[in-house]
Amino acid sequence: MSMEMEMNKLEATAAQQAAGDVAIGANIDKIYYGDFLAVRDAAVDIEKGKITGFIGPSGCGKSTVLRSLNRMNDLIPIFRLEGHVHFLGQDVYGKNVDPVVVRRHIGMVFQQPNPFSMSIFENVAFGLRLNGFKGDISGRVEKALRRAALWNEVKDKLKQNGLSLSGGQQQRLCIARAIATEPTVLLMDEPCSALDPIATRQIEELMLQLKKDYTVAIVTHNMQQAIRVADKTAFFSVDMTQGGRTGFLVEVGDTKQVFENPKENLTKEYLSGEFS
Amino acid sequence: MADKTKNAEPKVGSVSRPPTAFEYGYDKSFRILTLAAGVLTVLLLVYIFWKLGALAAPAMREYGLGFLTTVEWNPNKNEYGILAEIWGTLYSSFLALLFGGVLGISVAIFLTQGFLNARLAWVFRLIVEMLAAIPSVVYGLWGIYVLIPAIRPMANWLHETLPFIPFFSTKLAGPGMFPAMIVLSIMILPTVAAISQDAFKAIPMKIQEAAYGMGTTKWEAIRKVIIPTASGGIFASLVLGFGRALGETMALAMLIGNAQQVSLSLFSPATTLASLLASTFPEAGANQIGPLMYAAVVLLVITMAVNFIGTIIMNYTSRQTVT
Repeated sequence: MSMEMEMNKLEATAAQQAAGDVAIGANIDKIYYGDFLAVRDAAVDIEKGKITGFIGPSGCGKSTVLRSLNRMNDLIPIFRLEGHVHFLGQDVYGKNVDPVVVRRHIGMVFQQPNPFSMSIFENVAFGLRLNGFKGDISGRVEKALRRAALWNEVKDKLKQNGLSLSGGQQQRLCIARAIATEPTVLLMDEPCSALDPIATRQIEELMLQLKKDYTVAIVTHNMQQAIRVADKTAFFSVDMTQGGRTGFLVEVGDTKQVFENPKENLTKEYLSGEFS
Repeated sequence: MADKTKNAEPKVGSVSRPPTAFEYGYDKSFRILTLAAGVLTVLLLVYIFWKLGALAAPAMREYGLGFLTTVEWNPNKNEYGILAEIWGTLYSSFLALLFGGVLGISVAIFLTQGFLNARLAWVFRLIVEMLAAIPSVVYGLWGIYVLIPAIRPMANWLHETLPFIPFFSTKLAGPGMFPAMIVLSIMILPTVAAISQDAFKAIPMKIQEAAYGMGTTKWEAIRKVIIPTASGGIFASLVLGFGRALGETMALAMLIGNAQQVSLSLFSPATTLASLLASTFPEAGANQIGPLMYAAVVLLVITMAVNFIGTIIMNYTSRQTVT
């Protein structure tokens, strides 16, 4: 099946799913790297127009799960997933689904700022050109940069290389690059971990702004950040009982409930360790 | 303010002590040694230039710039010109760069972008690098006995079918630009492939993730992100390959035909500076030494200029691709 056909099919079902309020319905049974069971039992819905935070100790598989949502893990040859990830009425891991198409609909911002070695303008226009967008590219670039709260800082130097910006600016550039094509969902994998506190604050404010137009899922190791930005929180933990390190989902709910009144003991213990 | 630490003693049991005179001397002699090696390299280059220049100076005075713009090389009439050699050197190197460059970069992409598993890629890389270990004279023999007979029917068919295209305007009788170019391409392939592979491998995984995360296909990621990001290193590989092609001697002397003429035709015999030097020196009379030294200086200047300009552009582009 050609890529265009698949995309049309995805777009056709977009309307159907608009009725519901779940953007991505992940129902992951198991994720393997070779023989290593990295994650088990992770069923989490990414709700529309909300920010869903993934938290938990290191090695709990929160990043792995996030990166499975847009099939980024397919870049790792030994990756294998059992289960389903429903998006636009289809299983992202279905037989006829091209991961390239999935990634065009589910944008991603990474831990390390990773702008391309090209001008600021071309960085943001990258996805537009990739998707063969024929309309007002400059207008879209400006809009994306404004939304990423970067426009005022770069509007006079759009031709400069994206790598000439500071770390925080680079990360906002990456956000602008990811949202320029108006993806349906935006995934953020610890987007502030390489940034200083001021840049972190800016990105957090930006996330709250983005929520108006986007569905966001974010992995963070920073509990305070989850409390500040996330509407819903998914808490993951590590199971080391069988000699391995297998991450799993403990509970998911409204952020307030998960932090103030967790249902599970594991969550309670982890949070009391974090905050005591 | 009084120095309150004046009477303070080192911690009891501390083994810290300053380096001994011997250790300082060792450090100093090491520095002197490396400095000397560096200075010697520079002096060597200056010396070569100076000595060659001195030997070429009489001929430079006698023949002037006309030496560079005339074609005749006739010791009996004392007429010397190296336009054909300059042309042949640049033309053959440029053609080799075109073919060997495209091939080398393609090989580098093939070997670094996950088309092969690590083991197989390693084997392939070894094979490509072995091309560099084949002696020039073996390439020359291979060209004469295998390549020229193999390409002659195709070349002559092109000449008969499309004689109006300047590149095909003559017959391929035997040695000529085309076989020379093919062998030269193969000879610069390992250089281009090895250095551009380094450039591709130096691209951080996070940049590839960024590309795939935007929803690029593999080819789109390579074309729109990977190649531009590696462009500084790719350019360096091309400059070094070009430099190698300019100076290549033995295989060209055997394959290019050594004919003093300026022609666009790929099938006509030609000559290069290096092959002029190699094939003329052994039987050169006293009156030819000067002009040959002059030609050597020209070759040296061309290769130096290419490397110099290449380095400058490389520094400029790599400053922009720092990640």
